[in-house]
Order: sequence, then C-alpha cells, then structure tokens
Amino acid sequence: MSLMSLTAVELGKKIKAKEVTVKEAVEAAIAQIEKSEDTLNCYVTVDKEGALKKAEEVQKLIDDGTLTGPLAGVPVAIKDNMCTKDMLTTCSSKILSNFVPTYTAEAVVNLEKAGAVILGKTNMDEFAMGSTNETSAYGAVKNPWNTEHVPGGSSGGSCAAVAAEECSYALGSDTGGSIRQPSSFCGVTGIKPTYGTVSRYGLIAYGSSLDQIGPVAKDVTDCATILEAIASYDPKDSTSVKREDYDFTSALVDDVKGLKIGIPKAYFGEGLDKEVKEAVLAAAKVLEEKGAIVEEFDLGLVDYAIPAYYVIAAAEASSNLSRFDGVKYGYRTEDYEGLHNMYKKTRSEGFGAEVKRRIMLGSFVLSSGYYDAYYLKALRTKALIKKEFDKAFEKYDVILGPAAPTTAPKLGDSLSDPIKMYLGDIYTISVNLAGLPGISVPCGNDSKGLPIGLQLIGDCFKEKNIIRAAYAYEQTGSYKRPGMLEE
Amino acid sequence: MAKQYETVIGLEVHVELATKTKIFCSCSTEFGGAPNTHTCPVCTGMPGSLPVLNKQVVEYAIAVGLATNCSITQYCKFDRKNYFYPDNPQNYQISQLYLPICRNGGVEIDTPAGKKTIGIHEIHMEEDAGKLIHDEWEDCSLVDFNRSGVPLIEIVSEPDMRSAEEVIAYLDKLRLIIQYLGASDCKLNEGSMRADVNLSVREVGAKEFGTRTEMKNLNSFKAIARAIEGERARQIELLEEGKEVVQETRRWDDNKEYSYAMRSKEDAQDYRYFPDPDLVPIMISDEWIERIKAAQPELRTEKLERYKKEFDIPDYDAEILTSSKKMADLFEATTELCKKPKKVSNWLMVETLRLMKENDMEADDLSFSPENLAKLIELVDAGTINSSVAKEVFEVIFKEDIDPNKYVEEKGLKAVNDEGALRATIEEVIANNPQSVEDYHNGKEKAIGFLVGQTMKAMQGKANPGMVNKILKELL
Amino acid sequence: MANIISDETMEYVGILAKLELSEEEKEQAKSDMGKMLDYIDKLNELDTSNVEPMSHVFPVNNVFREDVVTNGDDRENILKNAPGVKEGAFKVPKTVE
Repeated sequence: MSLMSLTAVELGKKIKAKEVTVKEAVEAAIAQIEKSEDTLNCYVTVDKEGALKKAEEVQKLIDDGTLTGPLAGVPVAIKDNMCTKDMLTTCSSKILSNFVPTYTAEAVVNLEKAGAVILGKTNMDEFAMGSTNETSAYGAVKNPWNTEHVPGGSSGGSCAAVAAEECSYALGSDTGGSIRQPSSFCGVTGIKPTYGTVSRYGLIAYGSSLDQIGPVAKDVTDCATILEAIASYDPKDSTSVKREDYDFTSALVDDVKGLKIGIPKAYFGEGLDKEVKEAVLAAAKVLEEKGAIVEEFDLGLVDYAIPAYYVIAAAEASSNLSRFDGVKYGYRTEDYEGLHNMYKKTRSEGFGAEVKRRIMLGSFVLSSGYYDAYYLKALRTKALIKKEFDKAFEKYDVILGPAAPTTAPKLGDSLSDPIKMYLGDIYTISVNLAGLPGISVPCGNDSKGLPIGLQLIGDCFKEKNIIRAAYAYEQTGSYKRPGMLEE
Repeated sequence: MAKQYETVIGLEVHVELATKTKIFCSCSTEFGGAPNTHTCPVCTGMPGSLPVLNKQVVEYAIAVGLATNCSITQYCKFDRKNYFYPDNPQNYQISQLYLPICRNGGVEIDTPAGKKTIGIHEIHMEEDAGKLIHDEWEDCSLVDFNRSGVPLIEIVSEPDMRSAEEVIAYLDKLRLIIQYLGASDCKLNEGSMRADVNLSVREVGAKEFGTRTEMKNLNSFKAIARAIEGERARQIELLEEGKEVVQETRRWDDNKEYSYAMRSKEDAQDYRYFPDPDLVPIMISDEWIERIKAAQPELRTEKLERYKKEFDIPDYDAEILTSSKKMADLFEATTELCKKPKKVSNWLMVETLRLMKENDMEADDLSFSPENLAKLIELVDAGTINSSVAKEVFEVIFKEDIDPNKYVEEKGLKAVNDEGALRATIEEVIANNPQSVEDYHNGKEKAIGFLVGQTMKAMQGKANPGMVNKILKELL
Repeated sequence: MANIISDETMEYVGILAKLELSEEEKEQAKSDMGKMLDYIDKLNELDTSNVEPMSHVFPVNNVFREDVVTNGDDRENILKNAPGVKEGAFKVPKTVE
C-alpha cells in the first residue's frame, strides 16, 4: 500500500513515530503526481525541488521536537488562488501567468507553521468562476473516477488531487460551492467554514463577501484537523471573526443521539438526479438509525439564491478583478496604442470567456440606473435567505441535503449553457449567502460508478454539529478509492 | 442694457490628514521619498491584499465634523468607487458615498456685507491616489504609489458662495479650523489641501441654478481666484452667444489662464459605487463623540478671545496672532518662556511680519524657535543689548534660528552701560557739535536727537539709549 | 420579460469593464447577458420593500488599526512582478496628451 493511501492524520502519526520520514512522504506524493498527472492535470505548478528541500527542514524541526502537531511533515496541495511567496500563483488565468507573489496567504502561513510541506498549486476554474474546472487557462482537470467526466469546480484540482492521491490533503476555496461540489464529484470530504473563520488575506478575491478557504481531504477527521490548523483570527482581514472555539477535532465523536436534522423538501424536488436522491436519503436514514431526530421541513426561497448570488458575486468580481490591468503585475498585451487600448487588450486577451461574462454582468448590475433594481435587490434577497436559515436553525442542529443535483457531468457538457451550469450550484450557494458552514461527505456512487456527496449545513459558528454528524455517518462505511488507483 | 449675472460656487475640498500611516495599511505617509519606497501589497493593489482601517482617520474626520457643526453619521460605511487609471492601484478608490461620516454642517465667514454661513453638505473619508510622473525622454508615464492610500477627507460644501472672495474666506476658515485641530497642515502648495470648484452662472434674480462645471488642478489661492474669474467669463460668454454650458469636469491651466474639458470617450463617469465587502461598518457611539469633543484643542475663536482677556492683547493683534496655528503656537510658546505677552506679540506683529513680507513667506514657513525669541526679549529687557541691536539680532534668528546669547557675546554687541565711558564720549560729542548744543539751549528739542545719534554712532550702536539721554541732559 | 441587450449597452459595459470583445464574442455575450438577466429578474417576484440590504452577514464592526508605522521600504518586492519599470516606478503608456 502506498503512503498516499493513508489519510493526512494517519501519515502524520507515522512520521511522528519515525516509521516514515518526511522525505519518503513527499517522494511518495511526487511519484503519484508523476504517474497520474499527465492524465488528470490537477496541478498548475508542482514544486518538486522546493518540496524536497522543505521536507528536510521540516524533518529537522520534527526531530528536535519543535513541530509536534498532527500535520507535521504531511504533503499538501494549495489551490492556485492563494498567494504563495516565491511560487507562481496564477488563479488558472493567463492574466496572472507570470505572477510570483512576495507574500503568503495567512491560511497557508498557518499550515506552514503546522509543518506542512507544499507540493504545488492546484488547477481551478479561472478565478474560481466555474463549476467544472473547464474554464482554466491551463486545461481542464479530469475526474479520477472517470476521466471523461469533470471533477467539478472551482476547486476541482484540489479535490481531484486528493482523490487521486497526488497529495495527502489540499486547500480549496468556496464562494458558491467550490469546495463542496467538487468534493462530492470526486468522492472526498470538504468543509466550507463559517464566513470569517479562515483569514482571506492572500486569497485572490472573487466574491469577497462569500469567499472562504477550507480543507479538502479523505475523511472528516482530516478535515477537522486541517481546519483547526488554518482557522485563526487575523487582524489583516477586517472580516475575520474572533471565534470562541477553534477546537474542531473535539467534535469527532461517533454520537448523534438527539441531534436534530432537518431535510428541506425543496432540496429534493425537480432537477435532482434519482440516484443522488436515493443515496442522500439513505444517508439520512443511517443517521436516524444512529439516534438523530430527522424530519422534513419547508425551507423557503431556495430558488432565489442562485439569481441573488450571481448578482452579488458578479458585482464584487467586476470590482475585484479590475486591478488586473497590465500595470503592476501579470500579463500585459504586446502591442497597444495608448493607455485605454492597453487596458482593453490586456484584459480581453488575459481573461477567459466565463470571467469576462461575469465581469460584464457585474459591471452592468452596478451601473447607473441598475444598482437599486439588481444589486440592492440581491442584497435584500440575501437578508431574506439568511432569515429563512435563522428560522430553520431555531429547530434543527443540522440541515441535510445533496451537495449537487447530479454526479459529475461529462467534459464539455456544461459550459455551453451558463444558466444550466449555474443551476448545479442550487444546494450550495445559499450557504455562502448566509455565511454558514457546510461539509460534503461521500455517500455512495451512482450506477456509472461516480461518487455522490452528502451535504450537511450548520448554523453560523456551529461547525462542530456538522463535523459530528459527518463523522458519525462516516463510521458506518469505508473510504472508497477511485478505480484508477486500484490497478 | 447688458444682463447681470450671479456666480454660484460650491467647493469640494480634499484634505490630507496628518496621520503617521496610510488609511488602510501601515506604510508611512511622509511627503517625498524615492518613488514606491513607502508602499506595500495593500497600497499597490496586490492580489489577495486587504485593507484595515486606521482608527486615527476616523477620529480626525469626526473632529473636523464637530468643529464644522456637522452631525456625525453614527453608522457609516466605506464604498468602492470604480474607475480605471494608473494612479489608482486597485482601479477602485475606497471612499464613502452612501453613508458619509459627517453631514449637514456649516461655517461662518466674514464678507463685506457681514457674516455669512457656508453650508457643508457632507464630509467623507477616502484614500488618496498615487502620483503620475510624465517622462521627459520617453513616451510614457511613471507611477509612484507613495501617496496611494494617504488618508483624505473630502469636505463638500453647499453651493453657497457667490464670489472668489467668499471662496477664499471659506477655504481660509476651513484651513484654520483643521490646522488648529492638528488634523492636517493644509498646505495648498504641497497638495495636502486641494479644492475642486463647482461653478455655474445665472441671471440675477433667477430661481434655478445654471448648469455647473467642475474645475480641478487648483493649487493656490491665487489660482483659485483666477480660475473662478476665468470660468465665470467663459460661461457668461457661452450664454450670451445663446450656447449651453455643458456639465463636465475641466482642468484649470494657471499659466494659460484657461480651463480645458477633461472628458474622453473612455471616461464614462459611471463609478458603480457599492459597499466595500472587505471593510466592516463603523459604529460611532455617543461616548466616542463626547471623548473627541472633550479632547478638542482650543480653536481660533476661543483663542482670540482668550488672548484679549488673558494677555490684554488688542483686537487687531489677536486677529493676526491667531491667523495661523503656527503663529499662535509661536506666541504661546514664547510667552510661556518669558512671561511677557505684549513684547512677544510686538516682535511677531512688527519684525516677524515685516520679514515675512520681505521674503514672501507664509506663517507655516517660519522656522525660528520660541526659545531664541524669548532669550532675545530677555536680553533687551535686561538692557544687555539695545533695541536697534536687537532688531539686527532678530534678523539672524529669523533666518538661522541662532542662540542670541552666544551671538551677542561672539559679535561683541553688548550695550555699553559703563557710565564713565559714556560720559567721556558724550563730552566729546558736545565739544564737537557746538551748533546743536546752542540750538538745544534755544529751545530746539530736536537737537538732542541729533546728539544722541552722534553718540550712538561713536559707540557703534552699542550704547544704552536711556543712559545716553540721561547723561546728555545732565551735561547740557 | 426577455431582456434584450443592445449593442450600445455592450459598448458601454465594455468601456466600464475595460473589455473589448470580438464581433463573435459580442453576439454571444449579448445573448448570455440577456439570459442571465431574465433569470435574475426572478428576484422581482419577491417583495423586499421592507427589507434592509445586507452586505455583511455578521454584525461585526469597528475593526481598526492603530496609527503606527510598521512597513519599511519594500520597493524591490513591490516592483518585482511589474511588466514595465523605470526609475523605481511602474511604467505605463503616457496618460496625458
């Protein structure tokens, strides 16, 4: 068995016990990358040399007792929208094709403090805009379960890399489902924490009011452990929240007795794949059998989350992405006449179609005469959606549903119709609008063998409820690896 | 008969606040410095960087709002103003549109027709842009972000002014208030105070305002006055020709004394303001406002009254002494040292103003220390030097801030107080000027002045004039 | 209900967003934006007249920094990624005629 089939925490234990060296762990990851990367394209950048060098440094710190945490020496992959000092950071966009940050994102700094060894940067939908990973300027990522299918997005590279064991765990970011949906498509576990839990400093913004960094790993234990390491109050991020609890691993208990779980009826209506529906309801049954109180309820406004989200995210993105102009960093067009032509050509050549589509939409909804009708309307809708969740969490500890309406679609099937693609985010998006934590855990495979994800949503700052439920559920099955690894 | 026109003017005044660091990052705000040496990822718009608000900016903005009779917006927010320009690193400026920190204030100015209140519509906080340097040799511009992120407040007046004089009076009033608060040095020539002029004309008696234009690039009071005259004339000419004034932004060229439209096709003037998601709202409690009120330094009007009462300084002198923070600070610090307010006032009112005028200087340019002026006053009072020597010494203090004690010693300028020496000299002067002595005895009082002068000349100006007078009269 | 996006609107949005689309891209973008706005118009079914717009989900406020200089000269790093540099500054096409 490869070292890479271990969970991050299991590997960390072996390193700590001196059964495995950090170098061996990193080499095992690199061997797997070299084996499957040509097929999968999970990474934009693999820093083999840097990782091996870092492995030695970390080994010393482990040996002299400086590093004692559960993740010390464990190799990790970072989504390419988090700045990493001296390592290319592209957001999978041509416009940042040559950008080498001079600072590291706070979440990654926290991981480094915990002894993580960074293998490289994972492929993603360009600027995290997309649900399939096909909008990357560096080619689509393939789903390790079936390479004719997409891995989901936008953290598709991170999720596929974890599933394909090209890293022990990864960081992703989630603006409208970008951790949970690809986790579901790739059969791995991912958490989108409560807004403000993980610092956004150094995360290249898409929709600032929605973006959160979170862990992607093989199981709930890993995710809770990683979240514990990356979460922190950061004075550099004004939206960072001083939480009362950061001890997420304390919720890793196999006990859901009395836990109140609500199932929104609207999550199981039209558009939901039959096999997904059955798998998710079967998971609910398992939790009920373990002592949870499960009931259906009416969650309002589900259909309004997507339009509200696209207005807010596109508006923020149009402003966030205006800094990419060929002046301070990144790509600048070759030939131009004057300043404005330089701007236009640089941006038109540097951004892909989906990014341009959202920048245009965002500029339009904020423009004179439309601000009230679109932008403020969306913010009011967001307030109503938040209220719906507040009401639900008065009754329930956890809301249960699918992470996505289908399993992973085939490559090339989604991009042609943006609305259809956006509808795939229906179960994840409202969680971002309301700032809530959500987790996706594998709950079976469909008849094509593609993984299905169960989503558990908690109230703000109540990660422990969803971690507990997910952990208890996970105890009833065993982790499944994609077929390509079993050969 | 020619139509009579009235000018209607409103001002947008930008003031750079005197904080040590920028509004959203911990870079220094120091003026000057090699390009981009006071920059970081935040003030250069690097991907992933985030703003964190400098508390002092809020405190200064509240202080200015209170001193200009504004109401404080106790729940206020920052918005993004989106437009592309290379001096704007994020291509949006963080500013306040929807909930500015101060609203509905006003200040009183003096006009020939009496006191008049100029309304303040709002004051908002925002970040300054970088500086563009136009390359002389190559067809390009260079961007320096040292100024990017320096905190500004923008004070937006109501369209209450009717002449260049009122505009200058209003600006002067704002400058004094803000300087006294210590919130900014308000130097027009260094750009720490900048005014954009919104101007329209209408026929006298008309109820509706005319179409206004906004003029930028005004960096002195004189340029502002000329720009107002120029733009008024341009608009009247358009109307007289039956043409229309176009609402636009114009750039004043003070050398050519003409303004030029700044609008281009690529400039849609649609700023797509929306609340900045990276910054959280500011809640300003009553207690916070009270704290700032309590800490407010003495403003000009109070100071003026106090000078009259406490130091018995006449009205006019008190006006001059408080006409700039610098002058008032010099007066108070020197008085504190020598306890002779009238004499200090006298030195500032007469010699200092004379030298400032001669050297075309503003009060802010004064560089001598209160210590040295106080020492000079002591020297005169003790009779160590006489007043004409003192004036000479002051000129050196004014220019080089020297220590007068040392200077007088080194240059041998001490007054001659030795009665024997004086008597000998005077006897000689009397002997050499029989005509003047006779004139004096014939009742020509003026003659004694000539004899005093001759004595001083003989003593190289160092004689104690009181003693000279006394001995002369005695001997005559 | 269908939103028709005119060429003028596309032109205008292009100026705001500093994007220049090819003819082909433009037609596609017009149709995409129309469809997206049709979809977004769904929000009009909701009565939000008594609802305050919510920009921040949590009532976090008054996050401040103290006014202390902690950043030094970092020019080398700041200019490291610039496409054009001259005399310690970012080089851009001439901004005035």
